[in-house]
This record gives sequence, C-alpha cells and structure tokens, in this order.
Amino acid sequence: MTELIATLKTYFSYGFVRNALVAGVLISLCAGLLGVTLVLKRYSMIGDGLSHVAFGAMAVAAVVGWAPMAVALPVTVGSAVLLLLASERGKIKGDAAIAMLSAGALSVGYLLLNLFPSANTGKFSEETLFGSTSMLTLTGVDVLLCVLLAAAVLVFFIFFYHRIFAVTFDERFSTANGLRSQVYNFLIAAVSGVVIVLAMKLVGALLISALIIFPALSAMRLFRSFRSVMICSAAISVAGSVLGLLLSVLYGTPTGATVVVIHLVIFGVFSALKVVMKR
Amino acid sequence: MKHITNSTLPAGVLLRGVDVSLGYEGRDIVKGLNFTVSDGDYLCIVGENGSGKSTLMKAILGLHPLSGGTLEMSPELRRYGMGYLPQQTPAQKDFPASVREVVQSGCLRRLGWKPFFGRTEKQLTNEAMARLDITHLADRCYRDLSGGQQQRVLLARAYCAAGKMILLDEPIAGLDPLAMQDMYGMIAGMNKPVADRPMPGRQHLGSGVTVVMVSHDVPAAVKYATHILHMGGETTFFGTVGDYLKTPEGRLFAGCTEGKDGD
Repeated sequence: MTELIATLKTYFSYGFVRNALVAGVLISLCAGLLGVTLVLKRYSMIGDGLSHVAFGAMAVAAVVGWAPMAVALPVTVGSAVLLLLASERGKIKGDAAIAMLSAGALSVGYLLLNLFPSANTGKFSEETLFGSTSMLTLTGVDVLLCVLLAAAVLVFFIFFYHRIFAVTFDERFSTANGLRSQVYNFLIAAVSGVVIVLAMKLVGALLISALIIFPALSAMRLFRSFRSVMICSAAISVAGSVLGLLLSVLYGTPTGATVVVIHLVIFGVFSALKVVMKR
Repeated sequence: MKHITNSTLPAGVLLRGVDVSLGYEGRDIVKGLNFTVSDGDYLCIVGENGSGKSTLMKAILGLHPLSGGTLEMSPELRRYGMGYLPQQTPAQKDFPASVREVVQSGCLRRLGWKPFFGRTEKQLTNEAMARLDITHLADRCYRDLSGGQQQRVLLARAYCAAGKMILLDEPIAGLDPLAMQDMYGMIAGMNKPVADRPMPGRQHLGSGVTVVMVSHDVPAAVKYATHILHMGGETTFFGTVGDYLKTPEGRLFAGCTEGKDGD
C-alpha cells in the first residue's frame, strides 16, 4: 500500500497527470449532470450519435490540418440542434435519424482518414475512438479550454436547475406556464454537444455514451428525487473517472476503457444494493 | 385568429372566446364557439369524444393555434397565469421526483429571472400540499404513489401555477369513485373565496380560483359547475347550469342526475 502511494506521489509530480485529473474531474462532473437529463428526456441515443459526429468532424479536421476542437465543437453542437429539430417535426423518426447520422459520420470520417493517410492516422483513430491515452497528452491550452467549457456547462445546470427539472418532468405543463421549453431543449442539445466533444478526450467517441448514461442510471437505482439523483450522478461520475484515470496510469491500461469498466462495476454494485435494500 | 390581451373586457371577465374555430391540418373540428369566463366561475366543458374539448383547453393555454376567431384575455389573467392539470402522460411514470419537487415546479412562473425559489414560493408549495392533503407525502417519490395521490400532486402543482385560473383536463379519468369524490371536493374548495386565509403573494385571489374543467362526467358537472360549455357538432351550448338544464341535452342529463340522487 505504501508502495502504491509512493508511486502515485511520483506520478502526481508530473504536470500531465495533474492536467489529466483536473480535466477528468470537470468533464465527468458535466457528463454526470447531463446524463440524468438525457436519460429522463429519452435522449440517451442522441449522446451516442453525437459522439460519432464529433469523430467525423475531428477526422475532417485532421485531414485538412485544422485544430480538431475548433471543428468538432461547432459541428457537434449544430448536429445536436438539427437532430432535435428533425425529431420534433416528426420528419424522420428520432432513433432512425440518430442511427443514420452516427453511422454516416463515422464512415465518412474513417474513409477520409484512409484516403488521406498520414504518419499518425492509426494512432488518431485509436485516440479519438477509444481515448486511449489522450488524457495524458493534454496541453495547458487544452486544460484551460476544458475548464472554461466545463464552467459554462456547470453554470447552465445550476442557474437553470429548476427550469431543467420542469421541462424534463413535464414539457407541456412548463410551456403552458410561460416557460419557453423549446429554448431549453435547444440549450440542452447544445450543452450535450459541448460535453461530448470534451468527453472524447477522456473516453473517446465510442465510449462516451457509457460515461454519460451509466452514472445517471446508477444514481436512479437508489435515489428517488431529482435533486438527489443529480447530485449522486455527478458524484459517481467524478469518483469513477478519477479512479479509472489513476488505475490506468498505475497499470498502463487504456484510460477510456478503464473508466467505463469502473462505471459498469459501479452500476452493478448499485443494482445489487437496490435489490438488497428493496428500494 | 389570435390570442389577444384585451384591457376593455367588462369588469370581472377573465377570458372571452369570440367565434373561435379550432382544427388540425386545415380541417376545423369546432366552429363559431362563443363563451365567457368571469372571475370565480366554475366552467365545465362537456361533449362527446373528439368534439375538441381538450383542443380548446390547449388553445386557451397557447399550446394550440386557433384557426379562426379570437381569444381575449384580461391583463390580470395574463399577468398571474393559469395552472394546468394535463391528462397524464406515460413518460412521467418512472421519473425520480419527490412530491415536493413536482408541486414546487408549479411556481416556475414566479421565478422570473431568479435561479432559485424564494420563501414565498416555498410557502406557496407548502400551502398547496396542505390544501390537497399531501403534506405527509412531501418526500415520497412521485412514481410510487397511487393514481389518486399522483393526481392530487399534479392538482397541487396546478394550484401553485394558478394565479387566477386553473384548467383541468379530465382530472377524474381513471380514478376510483372515492378518489373521484375527493377530487371534486378539492376543486370546489379551490373555487370558493379564500378571503379568510390570505396566502403569501396571492391576495388577488380573494374570490377563489376560477375553474375551467374538461369532463365526461356530466352529472357532476351539473352538480358543481356554475357554467357549462357543451361542445359537439351542431349542438354547441354555452350558459349557466340553470339554462343548460332547459336544453334537450341538459334535460337528458338532468334525468341522469336525478337517477344518481335517488340511489
């Protein structure tokens, strides 16, 4: 045990490990809060679809040589809003639209990477799809961007907490009460886009929906008020991600997969507790 | 064909429908509807399925466009807002929300630009829960309650939102006879003047909450309401309960009421 702590101490003396932890905590906090809203609004699959869109956008950016975040952020947020519009107007069935968009973006991105190969194409795919080690290669600018975006997302959730509850619980009632539900739906979609682009760094495109959905589902096993579910989901998300990050650093495992497996274990434990406590 | 705020409505009139038409995709299901709701009224909207009762309610709430005519609202009604008890939607049934959270969300309109609820809103939430006798359920999960209890929670939420008027879309659908009686009693209680018990921030409600209810239960409508709007093709009627009982439809249902009273 003392040996383990000594090893961790050594790692913490490295700036890149501290960067990874700071970014990891902030990203998971946002993902945990967002997850509750997405699960309850039945938007879970939107998170999955958007992550593939973000991958496609980053692939395009890599081929063209632009900054990946600068391309992925607006494209993902834009797609989120479009998806919402398409499913609201009933032109395409929501889940079909998402499946189409996600597979389409994934294939376009992957095809582009193969048509215009560069030295690190293989590494790029692994990084953006599975987030294998990208958390440990964050630059100071990355971390700063992370902090700013995460702060914006947190302010959104705190300031609009009661309104988010209202549109999630009963949209029609809220609209009848003078709340512009549509505006909040778009804000939630936009925030999803931001969180997904951020979370790609932590777990990669293919595993994002797990990071967003698992903590919310775990929290909903045991807690039965909106506020306690929100708080618990955020806490689980942060704890699971920090644990996953540390383990991946200690044992050299891929960060994204480690984090998601930890969340899977937490979900299992909470489900077992639910049975034991008969809640 | 619009909603307007009309400050020249006669004193006491909250809402007036003038030649209102409603429909879906260009096909009118209701035409030439005229009605008036005054402060303290208890209006029941009755009629067959598909006659446009719920659609009219949505139009009043601004959730459905009018295809003709005007809905005039008094500035007072605009300012204080309306509470709404929707027909229950299945999506809510597995939602983790405590009773207090659900009731409190009825105070949303009072938030304005504030992020959090203040003391007045918390008092109003408590008052609404006390009025509907659900204070002991405050920390329970909404989804674990019985149908009747859930309906009371939603009514308490609508009560919080009802600055001046409460709109109820089939509030007794799916309830057992006992819960039904409870519900009618509580709605009637809200409709009564509450001058003896001034609520925080609701002094303007001295004459009670104005009730507009969609219902299939005509005998109860005749028993509790002050006004009836009967919708259904050619036989649209609007007037007091007394006048309604003189119409052919009204007489038909009056017979029902007597039958009910007899047993």
